[in-house]
Amino acid sequence: MATQLPPDVDAILPPGALEPLHSEARVQKITRPSLSYWQDAWIRLKANRRAILSLYLIIAMLAFTLFGPLVWRVSPSAQDLQQVSSPPGADRSAVIVPPYRPWTDAPPPVARGLTLAAPATTQYVRLAWAPLPGAVDYRIYRDIVPVHSESALGLPLGTTGSPAVTHYEDRLDLTPGTAYYSVVALNAQGVELPARETLRVEVDNAITVAEATERGLAAPNATLAIGDTVQYRLHPLGTDYLGRDMLARLMQGARVSLFIGLVAPLLYVLLGVAYGSIAGFVGGRTDQLMMRFVDFAIALPFLLFMILFKIAFGIGPGESGILPMVVALVALSWPGTARLVRGQILQVREEAYVSAARLLGGRTGYLVMRHMIPNTMGVILVTLTFAIPSAIFTEAFLSFIGLGVAPPNASWGSMSNDGIKTMLSHPHELLFPALMISITVLAFNLLGDGLRDALDAKMRSRE
Amino acid sequence: MLRYTLTRLLQGVITIWFIATATFVAMHAVPGDPLSGAKAMTTDMRHNLEVKYGLDKPVGQQYLIYMNNLAHGDLGISFTQKNRSVNDIIREHFPVSAALGILAIVFAALGGILFGALTALYRNKWPDTVIMLMVILGISVPSFVFAAFAQLAVVKLNSAFGISLLPVAGWGTVKHMILPALVLGLGTMAYLTRLMRSSMLEIVNADFIRTAKAKGLPATRIFTRHQLRNAILPVITVLGPAIAAITTGSFVVELVFAIPGLGRYFVQAVQQLDYTVIMGTTVFFGAFLVLMVIIVDLLYGLIDPRVRVN
Amino acid sequence: MRGVRARQRWIRTPGQQLFALMLLAVLVLGLVVAGLSWVSGRSDVVGGVDPRTGTVTLSLADEPPQLDSSMTADQISSFILGHVEEGLLRFDQNNHLAPGVAERWEIGATGATFWLRDTAKWSDGQPVTAHDFVFAWRNAVDPKSASEYANIMFGIKNAEAISAGKLPITALGVQAVNDRELRVEFAYPVPYFAQLTAFNVFYPIREDFYRATGGRYASSADTLLYNGPFRMTLWVHGAHIRLEKNPHYWDRDQISLNVLDFPYFTSDPSARINLFRDGKIAMTEIGQENLEEAQLQGWKINSFMDGSLFYVEFNHRPGRLTRNRNLRKAIQYALDPAELVNRVIKIPGYLPGRSLFPMWLDGVHGKFRAEYPVEEITPDPAKARHYLDLAKKELGLTVLPPLILLTGDTTLAQKEAEYYQETLRRTLGLEVRIDNQIFKQRLAKMLAGDFDMVSAGWGPDYSDPLTFGDLFTSDNGNNRGEYRNPALDRLVQIARTSTDPRTRMDAFGKIQQIIVDDAVIVSGYERARLYVIDPVVTGMVRRVTGPDPDWTRARITSAVSR
Repeated sequence: MATQLPPDVDAILPPGALEPLHSEARVQKITRPSLSYWQDAWIRLKANRRAILSLYLIIAMLAFTLFGPLVWRVSPSAQDLQQVSSPPGADRSAVIVPPYRPWTDAPPPVARGLTLAAPATTQYVRLAWAPLPGAVDYRIYRDIVPVHSESALGLPLGTTGSPAVTHYEDRLDLTPGTAYYSVVALNAQGVELPARETLRVEVDNAITVAEATERGLAAPNATLAIGDTVQYRLHPLGTDYLGRDMLARLMQGARVSLFIGLVAPLLYVLLGVAYGSIAGFVGGRTDQLMMRFVDFAIALPFLLFMILFKIAFGIGPGESGILPMVVALVALSWPGTARLVRGQILQVREEAYVSAARLLGGRTGYLVMRHMIPNTMGVILVTLTFAIPSAIFTEAFLSFIGLGVAPPNASWGSMSNDGIKTMLSHPHELLFPALMISITVLAFNLLGDGLRDALDAKMRSRE
Repeated sequence: MLRYTLTRLLQGVITIWFIATATFVAMHAVPGDPLSGAKAMTTDMRHNLEVKYGLDKPVGQQYLIYMNNLAHGDLGISFTQKNRSVNDIIREHFPVSAALGILAIVFAALGGILFGALTALYRNKWPDTVIMLMVILGISVPSFVFAAFAQLAVVKLNSAFGISLLPVAGWGTVKHMILPALVLGLGTMAYLTRLMRSSMLEIVNADFIRTAKAKGLPATRIFTRHQLRNAILPVITVLGPAIAAITTGSFVVELVFAIPGLGRYFVQAVQQLDYTVIMGTTVFFGAFLVLMVIIVDLLYGLIDPRVRVN
Repeated sequence: MRGVRARQRWIRTPGQQLFALMLLAVLVLGLVVAGLSWVSGRSDVVGGVDPRTGTVTLSLADEPPQLDSSMTADQISSFILGHVEEGLLRFDQNNHLAPGVAERWEIGATGATFWLRDTAKWSDGQPVTAHDFVFAWRNAVDPKSASEYANIMFGIKNAEAISAGKLPITALGVQAVNDRELRVEFAYPVPYFAQLTAFNVFYPIREDFYRATGGRYASSADTLLYNGPFRMTLWVHGAHIRLEKNPHYWDRDQISLNVLDFPYFTSDPSARINLFRDGKIAMTEIGQENLEEAQLQGWKINSFMDGSLFYVEFNHRPGRLTRNRNLRKAIQYALDPAELVNRVIKIPGYLPGRSLFPMWLDGVHGKFRAEYPVEEITPDPAKARHYLDLAKKELGLTVLPPLILLTGDTTLAQKEAEYYQETLRRTLGLEVRIDNQIFKQRLAKMLAGDFDMVSAGWGPDYSDPLTFGDLFTSDNGNNRGEYRNPALDRLVQIARTSTDPRTRMDAFGKIQQIIVDDAVIVSGYERARLYVIDPVVTGMVRRVTGPDPDWTRARITSAVSR
C-alpha cells in the first residue's frame, strides 16, 4: 500500500522542490591529511627554529669539507719554513738576499762594544765584538725584551769556545722584529764574569732567490735582484708548527673527523640499541647472559686491544687506518649504549600501552620498533650527540699508536693535540680546530634537541 | 633477593675469569718484548732476565701458574717497578684513585642533576641557553685541555691574590682533591645534565604529573617526589659504569696534578708491557666494575618498583 | 598543611629552590674543606727554596723503579742513588774525577787498587769496607740478579763468564785485601775504568744489611742503607720522597743543604712549569713552547748539552733499498741538519749533527772534534739527485717504492719525521711513510729489522769516544741496522785494546770518516736541555755522565728569591 502524503504537503513542498541526490563516492571530507609518524615528525622539526639553524650549520660544514679544497687550492702538507707558527695577519713581506754562505772569514776587529758585522735578516745575524777583559770563552744571549737584569739575559744561544773568537752567527729561529743580543765573558771554569755588552737589533724578513722560485713566490722567468721585495704566501688562518697552512689542514681534517665523528657513533649506537633492546625486552636468562658479555667487553683494557686491532687489520705504516679506526671505536663504545638502552627498555616494557599492543596481537619486532624505541629516543639522541666529540678525540689519541690518520694527514683531533703544546705562545693553532669541533658539536646538539622534540612520542601528547 | 645477589656474584666471578683470560691472551699476542730496553743486551743477560720473571716457560704453563697465583690472591711482582708487588701497588694507589673518583662523581651527579633539572624547568629561557652552552663547551674540549687550563688559572689566581688559594698540584690534603675532581667530573657532569634534561622533559608532560598537579600538590613536592625519581633512572644506569670509568680514566688528571693514583700505572703498564701490572689492574678493575653493575641493578628495583629484574 | 603553605610563600618555584640548594651545597663544601684542612694540621708545602730550614723542593718525573744500585738501569733511580750513595770515586763540581770512598787509587794495564778512607761510614755508623764493594759487584754480575748493566763490568776478570753462568760469583776478579784495600783484576785493559767506578752499578752494598731485609732490599726507605751525602727519610710510593743530610757522611762539612724534598711526581712538562710559576719547586726543564714566557718573565734560562746524539739509522740488511750506498748518499745530501735545528726544533743549544762523535768528547789533549775535524756535508740538492739517479740505475728501478721511517711518539720525533718526509719528497721526489710506534713496539720492529730508516739516539755510558765508536760493530746489539764493515770492526778493536791515547784517537778519527763516507747514518743533532732555576740556589751541577742534576753540594745564597 503506497504511503499517502497529507493533503497540504504540496503547499509546503511544491513538486520539484526535492530532487534525488546522486550517490557520491566520497563519504566523508577529511579536513586534515592523515600523517604517518615520520611525516608528523618532519613537520614539527621544520617548525623548530634552532633545529633549522643547526641544519644550515651542518650544510655549511659539509660544503666546507667537500667544496672547500676546490676553492682553496693549497696543499695541506707543504711546509713553509719561513712562516712557522705564524698567526693570521702576520707580516709577509720579505727582501731578497744572496744565498747563504757559511761565515768562514773572520770579520775586521771591533774597537768597542758589540756590533753587527752585516745587516740583520732572518737568514742570519752576524755579531762581532771587542774582546772583554778576563774572557776565556764567550756566551751569546738573545732576548725579546730589553735586558735590564744582571742575570736574565734571555736565551743562551751558544759559546764561541775560545777567547780569540770574538764573532758569532745566529741562525736559530730568527723572526722579524726586535732582538736584544748580549755577549758575556766566561772564565776558565765556565762561570760568567761581570763583563758584558748588549746590542739592540732589528731583524728583517729575508729570502733567497732559489727559495723564492722554489716556493713559487715569484714567476719563474721574473728577474729578482738583491733588495727586491716579495710577499710570502697568504695563510688566512695562519700556519702550524711546521709552516703548513691551517685552512687547508682544517679542510683535510674535516673529512676525517666528520666521517669518523658521524659514522662511528651512528654505527655503535645502532648496535647498542639493537643489543640493548633485545636484552631488555626478552629478559630472563638471555638478558643475564647478554649483559654479562657487556660487562666483559667494558672491562677489557682499551689500549692493549687497540694495538691488537692494528696488528689484526694489518695496517702498514703510513697508511691511514680509517676503517679499522671506525671498527675499533664501535667495538669500544657499544657496550655503554647497550646498557643504557636496556635500562630504558626495562622501564618502558611495563607501560600500559605495551601490554595493550601485545594483547592486540603485536609481535616482538613490532612492539620493539614501533613502541619501545621511539619512547627511548631521548636517551639515544643524547648519547649520539655526546658520542661525536668523543669519537673525534679518541681518534686523535689513537693516532699515537698508529691507528687513524697517518702523518702528514691531519684530523681536527690531532691538530688540537698538537695545538695544546703551544697554547700560550701560538693560541691560533689550538683555537681553530677546537672551534670547528665545537661548532660541529653545537650543530648536532641542536639538531638532536630538535629531533627529540619532533620524534619523542611522549612530547607529542602535549599538542 | 638474596638468591638473586648470590647468582649475580657467581656470574661475576665467571666474568672476571673470562676477562683475565682474554687479557692474558691479548697481552702475549701484542708484539713487543716486556724485557727489552733502549740499550741492547747480550743473549745471556736476556736469558737471565727471562728466568727471573718466569718468561722462559711456555705460554700455556705461564697461564696456569698465573691463574693459580690469582686464585690465591697473589698478583705477582711488577716488571717495571722492580721491588714492588702488584698487590702493594693496587693497595697503595687504588684508594687515591677511588677518593678522587668518588669526589668527581659527587660533583658530576650533583651538578648534572641540578643543572639538568634547571634546564628542563626553564626550558628555552636564558638559564637553559647558558647551561647548554656550557655543556657544549664541556664536551667539545678534551679533558687534558681543561686540566691544563685549570692548573694555569690556579697559578694566575694565586699570584694575583698573593697567597696560595688552591694547590697547583700534589696530593695529601682535601684542598688537593678539589680541582682535579672537578676537572675529572666535568665530562660526566655534562653528559648527566643532558640526560637529566631529556628524561625530565619527558616526564613533565606525563599523565601522572598532571594528575598530581590537578590534585593540588605543591610544585616542589611534585618535583622531588615524582619527577626526580622517575627521571633519575637513566642517570643511575650511567653512574655505575661511570664510577668504574672515572677511576680508570683518571690518567690525564693524575699526570697533570701529580696525583699518585692507579690510572697512571694502568696506562704505563700497557706501554711498557709490564705483564703483571696489566693483568693485575685489569682483573682488579674488572672485579670493581662487575660489583658496580650488580649494585646498580639492585638499585633499579628499589627506585622503580615497576622494574623487577628477575 | 600549614607548614607546606608557609614554605611555598617563601620560595615559590622548584627552580628557585634548586638555586638555593646549590648555593647551600657550595657553602657547605667550602666549610667542610676549610674545616678538614684546619683539623689535619698539614700546612701547605713551603716554596721551592726555604732558607730557614735549608730545604730545596723539586719534582720527580716518576717513581724510581729500582733503588738496588747493583741493578739500576734508569735515569730516575740513578739520580736518587747519586745523592744517597757514593762509590769509590765521584765527580766534583767541575765534572772531574775526585776521591769518593777511596782516597787514592792506582790504575794499571792488568788491574787497579783502591785504598779506602777511614772516615767513610754508613748511615748506621758502621764503616764502609772493601767487602761491601766486593759483595755489590758480585751481585751485579750474578745471573740470578739479571742486572741489565752487568756488561759494564765485563772489563773485570771472569765477569762475562759469571754472567753467562759458567763460573760462580766468587770467581770475580775483585778482592778485599783487607777492610781498607780493594784489588781489581782486569780481563783486558780498560783505560777509563776509574770513571766507571763512579757509576751506580759499582756502588757498595753491605751484605749483612742486605740479608737482614729478607729479599725486600730497596723496597722502602728503611730497607736501604746510605753512605752518601743524603739519606732517604721518607718514601711514599708514587707520591713523595724526602732526602735529608746524612750526619755520617765523611765530607759532611761541604754539604750545605739540609733537605731535598720531592713531593710532586709528574712527567707532564706543563705541570712542572706551573709548579715553578707558582713558586713551589726550585727548578724545571722547559721546552720550546715556554721560551717566550721565560723571556718575558725574566727567568734565567740555562742550557745544558746532555751529551747525547740523535740520528737517522739506515737498514743495511740484504733486500732493503737502503742497503744501496748511492741511495743513502742521496738522502745524506738532501737533508740539512742546520735547518732542522734552526727552523724546526728551534731550541737554543742544540747543535746540528755532523759526526758520530759529539762535540763534548775529549781527544788526546783537547777536544776530539777540534783535533779530528769531520768532513762537513753541505746540503746539495743537485748532488743528491745525481746520487739518486745512480741508485735507481743500480737497483734497476725508475721509481722507488715508498720508504718506511720508523719513529717514536714524542712531539719532537713527530716534528722531525714530518720534516724529513717533506724534504725528501720536495728534493728527491721520494715517498716516505711515517711509522708511528710506541716504545715497546718500536723496539720490536727495530730488532726484527722491520724499517728502512729509524730515528735513533744514543746517550753516553762513560766519558770516552768508545761509547759512540763501537755502536756499529758487527757484534753490537745496538747496531739495529746490521751494518757490517770489517774495517770498522778492526778499528774498534784497536781502540778497545790499545793503551796509547794517540793510537786510539787516530782509530776514532778513521771511524768518524767511515761513518760519513758510507752514510751509515744521517746525523740529526746533539741535544741540549733548557732549564730554569731559582737563582737563590747555586752549586747545582749538570753532568753528562754521572748523577744529573747533582744537588749534593748546592747551597742557598742570601740573595733575594725570584
